[in-house]
Amino acid sequence: MEEEKKEKKGFFRRLKDGLSKTRSSIISGFDNVFTAYSEIDDDFYEEIEEILIIGDVGIKATTNIIDDLKEKVNDQRIRDPQKCRELLMESIKNEMSVGEADYEFENRKSVVLVVGVNGVGKTTSIGKLAGILKDQGKSVILAAADTFRAAAGEQLTEWANRAGVPIISGQEGSDPGSIVYDAIASAKSKDADVLIIDTAGRLHNKKNLMNELGKINRIIDREYPEAFRETLVVLDGTTGQNALSQAREFQAVTPVSGIILTKLDGTAKGGIAAAIHSELGIPVKYIGVGETIEDLQKFDADAFVKALFDTGEES
Amino acid sequence: MAFESLSDKFQNIFKNMRRKGKLTEDDVKAALKEVKMALLEADVSFKVVKTLMKSIQEKATGQDVLNGLNPGQMVIKIVNDEMTALMGSEAAELKLKGGSDVTVLMMMGLQGAGKTTTCAKLAAKLKSRGRRPLIAACDIYRPAAIKQLQVSAQKVNIPVFEMGTDVKPPQIAEEAVRYARENGYNVLLLDTAGRLQIDEEMMEELQEIRRKVEVDQTILVVDAMTGQEAVNVATAFEEKIGIDGVILTKLDGDTRGGAALSVRAVCGKPILFVGMGEKPEDLEQFYPDRMSSRILGMGDVLSLIEKAQESFDENRAKEMEKKLRKASFGFDDYLDSMSQMKKMGGMSSILKMLPGMGGSQMAQIEDQIDESQMARTEAIILSMTPKERSNPDLLNQSRKIRIAKGAGVDISEVNKLVKQFDQARKLMKQFGGGMPGKRKGGFKLPFGGGGLF
Repeated sequence: MEEEKKEKKGFFRRLKDGLSKTRSSIISGFDNVFTAYSEIDDDFYEEIEEILIIGDVGIKATTNIIDDLKEKVNDQRIRDPQKCRELLMESIKNEMSVGEADYEFENRKSVVLVVGVNGVGKTTSIGKLAGILKDQGKSVILAAADTFRAAAGEQLTEWANRAGVPIISGQEGSDPGSIVYDAIASAKSKDADVLIIDTAGRLHNKKNLMNELGKINRIIDREYPEAFRETLVVLDGTTGQNALSQAREFQAVTPVSGIILTKLDGTAKGGIAAAIHSELGIPVKYIGVGETIEDLQKFDADAFVKALFDTGEES
Repeated sequence: MAFESLSDKFQNIFKNMRRKGKLTEDDVKAALKEVKMALLEADVSFKVVKTLMKSIQEKATGQDVLNGLNPGQMVIKIVNDEMTALMGSEAAELKLKGGSDVTVLMMMGLQGAGKTTTCAKLAAKLKSRGRRPLIAACDIYRPAAIKQLQVSAQKVNIPVFEMGTDVKPPQIAEEAVRYARENGYNVLLLDTAGRLQIDEEMMEELQEIRRKVEVDQTILVVDAMTGQEAVNVATAFEEKIGIDGVILTKLDGDTRGGAALSVRAVCGKPILFVGMGEKPEDLEQFYPDRMSSRILGMGDVLSLIEKAQESFDENRAKEMEKKLRKASFGFDDYLDSMSQMKKMGGMSSILKMLPGMGGSQMAQIEDQIDESQMARTEAIILSMTPKERSNPDLLNQSRKIRIAKGAGVDISEVNKLVKQFDQARKLMKQFGGGMPGKRKGGFKLPFGGGGLF
């Protein structure tokens, strides 16, 4: 219990730190609105809407949130804008609830397939994830199936060395399928707990590249059917609404089970997480809030919304 | 469930307007509301959208629109003009010093924007224009960043200057300038590490580089898919370092490039190039007018024509047109047109520039185009004798068997090709030749899509 509490706090603090900029723009915005208006009118709603959109929450989710808020305000006959703070938090939470995200792959013999467009931070996230799992005492194998980008294999090897886990890789330009095949054989023979597969960045509208991913997926199904499957789409936190399109298209060729949202340590608004939950119902499982291994954090929607709204000192 | 792009959106709005023939003031308002939503969904900065809407509102509610003969066109024109104006009304050129003077270009941006890849492409582009470029590896932080740069640069035959990961970037830059001067390079590209615009220490490093070497142009590399954040990134880099130009990457995705509008409007600096794909020639010149018309869904017909002209020998085109008219089009000509097509970046990249080719239509068509099939087709044609190529009617069974053997394919594939070719020739007779693409929607797949492409 004590342990858990500590971990939670650690998460909250990090998230708060990482999101400090997001907060200062979204929240100071919210608080300004809450205090600047003496009554709840169209302008009031419009300003909240504006803040959400600037936070990359997206049109659809924003509309849902505002509609939900309006309904609550009407139902509860609320007149004071200040009282909308709690309600708005609730509305955002509602919009984001996709049920408890599970991390069962951590406790099973599993294959984690990591996909995404170019430059979102796939390799870095995998390096961090491998480090975390290794620290938990799991045996981890990495597969460098990005044979396309120059030196991608070297980059992952560097991470593998840092985490102290073995890596299966091949020549640049070689068939990623064959690397996946070899990696599965290796995972089986070494009885590894988790096999994490890095794939080449691909734009989700390139049909051939997406088909290649489908092929990798089929190889895993065929060669390692007993493994627990986890497929994570890595999305760049600075990406706008296109992130939805990306998640959707990857979902079409692989059994996407979760999202890693990276680069949330800038001024990027975590708002896209709300849009993803709202429109696609895929849980965000991890967020990247910094450069170190500990900066890959499990995502907690409640804490996320709370952190978004938190302005005071929390200890 | 294809992503409905901004261009699709606009098209839907204005399709309805055209049908009405005349616009009421309410129509304009309703349209602008939709336009606003569409722009926001395309990740155009909220502030920029607001400004844009205001200026369009002012113009569109005037009588010009209400009394216009074609109200839909009028609104398109106003929106288009405003967007073009926001993006800078004309194409910008990268300024380089003359002669043996070393022009120093510093590439900068967030992690994953595509700086390293773009560095190699830009260097290759400058080399093809007769420059002598050198790239300096100033990313000493990301694992294997130098290696990535070396491999990418090697592919396009550009030398890389590196000092490993123990020397600080400003010093590397300084040494690189010296090295460039001494070895006769006249453009030096500094590939810096990706950094967050709020990372003071890392931003200081860029300032330090500027103090140590005379940077002629700082180029911000921005991912075209960037959301509302684009504004913050551009503003911070502009304030702390200063931006002379922008390169927009990954525009070959299905994002409509709202970031282009935002970055240009906020920092006021020209977008020099856009990244449209993996190959060096896919780093293309940015044309604000075409970009906005592309966003508006008019397709980039202008760009298509220009691109075609670049790689199309005009005389050959005329000759081919004549042949098409007479229907004396042979396999040789077909081979020719196939290689022209390749030069233009393949069938799908041409289709993308056409009007009305939004995400959904593209996906359908891409299903029919198998570019690897082109190689097989080529092999079959190359296995024919020159006589057979110019006179396809010669092809009898024994010739076909020989060709199939030569190309290493099944005879049924040869039959299929010949049959489709015959159909294509018939089709061409109906068309009577002429260049495609001049007229909206006038471009047809001359070979029926199917197996030939």
